[in-house]
Amino acid sequence: MTEEIIKDVIIGESEDYIVNIGPQHPSTHGVLRFEVCLQGETVKYIIPHIGYIHRGIEKMCESLTYPQIIHLTDRMDYLSAHMNNEAVCLCVENALQVEVPERVKYIRTILDELNRLASHQLWWAAFGMDLGALTTFFYGLRDREMILDIFEESFGSRLLHSFNTPGGLMHDVHPNFQKKIKEFIKYFRKKLPEYDQLLTGNVIFKQRAVGIGPMSKETAIAYGVTGPSGRGSGWACDLRKHAPYSAYDKVQFTECLETEGDTYARYKVRMREMWESLSILEQLVDNIPEGDYTAKMKPIIKLPAGEFFQRVETARGELAVYIVSDGNKTPYRIRFRTPNFSNLFVINTIASNFKIADLVAISGSLDLVIPDIDR
Amino acid sequence: MQNLYDFSILTGAIHESLSRSMSPGWVTFTELVIIGLVFLLFFALLGLFLVYLERKVCAIIQNRVGPNRVGKWGLLQTIADLIKLLIKELIPIRKSDKFLFNLAPFIVIIASLMAMAALPFAKGLHAIDFNIGVFYVMAVSSLGVVGILLAGWSSNSKYSLIGAMRSGAQIVSYELSVGLSLLAIVVFSGSMQLSAIIESQANGWWIFKGHIPAFISFVIFLIASTAEINRGPFDLAEAESELTAGFHTEYSGIKFAFFFLAEYINMFIVAGIAATVFLGGWMPLHIGSWEGFNHIMDFVPPIVWFFLKTFFIIYVIMWFKWTFPRLRIDQLLTLEWKYLLPVSLVNIVVIAFLVLMGWHF
Repeated sequence: MTEEIIKDVIIGESEDYIVNIGPQHPSTHGVLRFEVCLQGETVKYIIPHIGYIHRGIEKMCESLTYPQIIHLTDRMDYLSAHMNNEAVCLCVENALQVEVPERVKYIRTILDELNRLASHQLWWAAFGMDLGALTTFFYGLRDREMILDIFEESFGSRLLHSFNTPGGLMHDVHPNFQKKIKEFIKYFRKKLPEYDQLLTGNVIFKQRAVGIGPMSKETAIAYGVTGPSGRGSGWACDLRKHAPYSAYDKVQFTECLETEGDTYARYKVRMREMWESLSILEQLVDNIPEGDYTAKMKPIIKLPAGEFFQRVETARGELAVYIVSDGNKTPYRIRFRTPNFSNLFVINTIASNFKIADLVAISGSLDLVIPDIDR
Repeated sequence: MQNLYDFSILTGAIHESLSRSMSPGWVTFTELVIIGLVFLLFFALLGLFLVYLERKVCAIIQNRVGPNRVGKWGLLQTIADLIKLLIKELIPIRKSDKFLFNLAPFIVIIASLMAMAALPFAKGLHAIDFNIGVFYVMAVSSLGVVGILLAGWSSNSKYSLIGAMRSGAQIVSYELSVGLSLLAIVVFSGSMQLSAIIESQANGWWIFKGHIPAFISFVIFLIASTAEINRGPFDLAEAESELTAGFHTEYSGIKFAFFFLAEYINMFIVAGIAATVFLGGWMPLHIGSWEGFNHIMDFVPPIVWFFLKTFFIIYVIMWFKWTFPRLRIDQLLTLEWKYLLPVSLVNIVVIAFLVLMGWHF
C-alpha cells in the first residue's frame, strides 16, 4: 500500500485512475478532498487532503480573552456548538476552581443532549442522502427544526449559540424552555420510529451498510476514533459515562455499544443514542433546580500560570481542550483535540478495497464535520 | 360504443381530404410532417408536465408543498425552468471530442422520440402499427445507451466516464429482463403487434388473465424498466452523491435539457408499454358479468383510460425513487443476473406450458 502511494503520488509514475472527490462534492459535506485511486469501481487507496477551511482558530485564541474564545469554538464543530463552548468553560472553571450553580449544570446537560439530538438528526438526514434515499433529508430536518426553535427562543440564535460563559450561562433560559422540551420529547418519541420504518429495515439499505467498512476495536483505539464511530467498534469511550461532567453523574443512561464495527453498527449506535438522549432529557427537564444562572466571576478572567485540560463528549466524539497559561488574560497557547480529525484519517484503512459507493457510505457513517478537522 | 371514440374516423377524414387535392406522394409527405409536428409538441408538453408532476409527487412524499409560486399551483414553474435552460450559456469543454459531445444528446432524444411512435394512445391513434411492435420498441429504446456512452466518453471527465460505464453495464443487463417479461405476454397473446395485444385483452387484462406468471412478469418488467431508464433506486449512472451528475456532469443549457427531457419521456414510454401490454392499454376496466358497471366504464374515452393507467405506473416509478436508497453497482448486476433473469426464464417456460395446455382464460 505505502509503496503504491509513494509510486503514484511522489514519483508520479502512476497509471492508476485517480479521481478527486471534493473539495466541492455533495458527499463530503464540506470542503474536504479525497484523492481516490480506483481500479474499475474498487477503491485502492484514499488520501484525504484537508486545510480548505483552516482559519487558525488556535492561533487566533492566543490573542483573545477567555470569554471571547468561546465564540470561536462554536465555529469548529458547528453541529455540537454547545459542547464545544462547554469544554472551554469547564476548563476555565476548573482552573479557577469556581463552583458553578447546580442550575447551570442541569441546563448545560439538557442543552448538550438537545444539541446531540439535533446533530444526530442531521446526520441521519444526510446519511440517507449519501445512500441515495433523498426523503430522509426532509424527515430529519423537519424534527431538527423543533430543537432549533427551542434554541432560538432561549439564546436568539439557532446554530452557533455562544450561550456559555466561564462560570455559567449568558442569561437565564426562556420561561417556555421546559414546556417546549416536554412537547418536543412527546413529539419525537412518535417520530423516531418513522426513521426506522423509512430506512433501518430497508433491504437495499441493509445491503449497503452491513459489513461495509469494518473497523476493529484495535483500529479504533489506534487511530483514536471516538464517539459513536468508536463505540460502533465496541470501544467503550463515552466520556459522559467514564469521566462525567456537568450533571451526567445524576442521570441514568446506558452507553450504546455495538461490536460489529461496520457502517451498520455505527448507524445503530447513533439511532440508539437518540433514544438515550430522549431519556436523559426526560430525567432532567422536570428537575432543574432554582438558583443563579452564573457564578460570581471577576470582570477580567485571568488563569493562574500552569497547564489545564478538559475533555467532553461531543456528538462526534471526544473533544479535549488544553490550555497553557502564563497568568495573563489571554492563554499562552491553546490546543483543541477535535474528534473529526482522528475519525477522518481512519478512512484509508477501513474503506480500501470497497467500491466507490461504499466510500461515500463509510464517510457518511463517520459523520464528519469539516471545519472541525481544519479548525 | 367503442366506435364512438374511434380516432381512425378523424384520421381517415384528414387522409381523404388531403387525397382529394394532392398526389399520393405529397399526401404521405404532408401526413408525416403533421405527425412529426404533433409528436414534437406532445413530447415537449409531456416532458414539462412530467417534471412538474415529479416535483409535486416528491414534495408530497417528503412533507413539502412543492412548486407553488409561478402560476396557479406552480404550474408555470417548469416553463420558467425551460426558459432558464434555453438562455443558459453552453459551456465548452477543453480537450473534449466536440463532435461526439454535441451529438450525444441528440442520439438520446431521438431514441426516445422513435420509441414513442409505437405507443397506441387510443383506438386508431397510433403513429406506426408494426406487426413487430414489441420488438421495435425494445430495439429503439436501447439505442439511447449509445448516446449516454458517447456523452460520458466525449466529456473528457472522470466522473462522466464512470457514470457512462455504469450505465452501459446496467442497460445491457436489464434489457434482457425487460425483453423476457414482454415476451411472456407475446406468448400469451400470440402476437407482437401492439394493437393485437390490446385487442386480445378485450375480455380481461393480461395481468388478471395470465394467472401468477403474468403478475411475476409485470413486477419484473417494472423493476427492470426502472433500471433501464436510469431512475432511482437504480440511478447509478448519475448517482448524485457519488458522481455529482454522472454522464451529464459537463453538459449545460439546452444540451442538458435534452438529457433531462429524454429521461422523463423514457419514463412515460416505459409506463405506456407496461399499461399497453399488461393493463390492457386503452381498454376500459371490465369486471366479469357486472353489465351495468362495464357499460358505464365504456363511456370513458379510451385515451383517458390509457393516460390513467400510464400515470398510475409513472406514480409507482416515482414512488420507488423517493423512498429507496440507491443500489451499488455489483448489487445491481447481481439482482439482474442471479435473480431477475433466472426467474423470468423459468416464468417463460411456465407460460409456454400454460398456453400449450390452454389453461389461461
